[in-house]
Amino acid sequence: MEDWVSVGYLLSAALFIFGLKKLGHPRTAPFGNQLGALGMLVAVITTILSMQLAGGAEWVLIGAGLVIGSLIGYWLAVRVEMTGMPELVAMFNGFGGAASALVALSEIWKYLENAEEIPVGLELTVTMVAAGLSALVGWMTLTGSMLAMYKLKGGISVFGKWIKTPTWGPSWLNPVKIILMLTVGVLIYLSICEPTNTDYMWGIIGISCALGIILVLPIGGADMPVVVSLLNSLSGIAAAFTGFIIGNSVLIIAGSLVGASGLILTFIMCKAMNRTLLDVLFKSFGGSGEKVSLTRTKIGSDADEVAMMIDGAQKIIIVPGYGMAVSQCQHQVKEFADLITEKFGTEVKYAIHPVAGRMPGHMNVLLAEASVPYEQLIEMDDINSEFPDCDVAVVIGANDTTNPAARSGEGPLAGMPIIDADMARTVVIIKRSLSVGYAGVDNELFYMDKTMMLFGDGKAMMSQLNSAIKEI
Amino acid sequence: MIPEIMTPEDLIGNVTLFILAIFLGFELITKVPATLHTPLMSGANAISGISIIGALIGSNVAYAGQHTVVSGILAFVAVVLAMINVVGGFAVTNRMLNMIAGKKRRGA
Repeated sequence: MEDWVSVGYLLSAALFIFGLKKLGHPRTAPFGNQLGALGMLVAVITTILSMQLAGGAEWVLIGAGLVIGSLIGYWLAVRVEMTGMPELVAMFNGFGGAASALVALSEIWKYLENAEEIPVGLELTVTMVAAGLSALVGWMTLTGSMLAMYKLKGGISVFGKWIKTPTWGPSWLNPVKIILMLTVGVLIYLSICEPTNTDYMWGIIGISCALGIILVLPIGGADMPVVVSLLNSLSGIAAAFTGFIIGNSVLIIAGSLVGASGLILTFIMCKAMNRTLLDVLFKSFGGSGEKVSLTRTKIGSDADEVAMMIDGAQKIIIVPGYGMAVSQCQHQVKEFADLITEKFGTEVKYAIHPVAGRMPGHMNVLLAEASVPYEQLIEMDDINSEFPDCDVAVVIGANDTTNPAARSGEGPLAGMPIIDADMARTVVIIKRSLSVGYAGVDNELFYMDKTMMLFGDGKAMMSQLNSAIKEI
Repeated sequence: MIPEIMTPEDLIGNVTLFILAIFLGFELITKVPATLHTPLMSGANAISGISIIGALIGSNVAYAGQHTVVSGILAFVAVVLAMINVVGGFAVTNRMLNMIAGKKRRGA
């Protein structure tokens, strides 16, 4: 490798490091993202330039690949609804893992078709081990991420028929996962002994794809974001292993950076939900599929009644959830907050559960879009102590994150920290029905005497509520 | 490009990079507010599209006729997938961050 190429890669690695560092702080995050993108640009330009100087780059082929990929990626990124963001991140992640695995496969293929080029000794061992691990992690990331994407969506539409994504994980599946991983190890060893035998390679690919599926299949409920974060970490590791095969430093550095920081982020997210990574991976949680059939009923209230009650309130805490994201009613929510602040002088705050919506920070993004001041968004740990002094908690499309059943220490929600909305003097819940949430657990909060249910779509109900308040 | 012969020194060098970068990655992220979890994940995810470099090198060599068509096609598909990851990842992160940070400036 030419010296200047190494310098180019070094510069790009440095930009990635700064970028990741800045991404972790609210003020500098946009700049950090731009630094990361710049680092990628430097790496790509360095590579193409070095190929051009080394005997000519295949501009047509490379250009076509770059342009097609960029257009698809950009198109997906700008047209995604804010509610669909988590799924999109999962999908991109799968593509990244697949790309690493494909590069590894492409390298191996060269050797297979030109037997005289098969490396010997150390190089053979390194190539085969790295290719095997890259395939394991890369294909696992692809299938795992795709399944995670459909699990976040909740299902898949096949010929107009909605099929719910299953969650299934008997405990005997755990040893199977470990056996499969060990099998990959054995196959890698065999492929070193007999590099021309393609069966081993296909075996590794097949097992890795299956592993991705059975790793994600048992995981449900609020744990999904953690899995996506873990898969993100894995796709970084896949890139690093691919770097070993082609002997490229920037792949190794950037890949392992993402792998390590992604893992830390995964731990941080686990901590926010009071769970450990091992629990997430090996203890089936939530969304068991067998939803409790509802026998209890609750009489709904109407907007006028709720408006009257809000009139007398001094302090209101709004608890948004996935339902707000689905109905896109963040602007109506903001209007509601402005109205009651102006008209009744009510103090308004928002309680943000770390995993409200389908991904951490989901609610912040949506409310920020509606120009809700950042200072009013209070994280769960800081706001929970305020609920006993709160006159009305307005729960908009949140369910599991407010379910008092989580405190009981039993059932799928056990141990998950929740927003203490049930401590407020009155609770208003805007929700389509009494049905169970993502975790499939009945919510006691709905049936409390102090709870008023406004049944309906978030947007419609918030608009009704706003006009009712205007009329007071 | 002629494949270079890998020496033990190269391998040690690469393993050194790998291990140091992992330690660096662990230290880089310490306290992150929940608001930034998703953008950080998505930004890091875009960086993991660095395999675009490997894909570019792979498809370039393959097209030059030194290698098989199959490995060229595989590398080309990798270029497309990695590029979706990179461009889409940075763009979507930027969109999220603009929504969070832009409003904060106005609110402050």
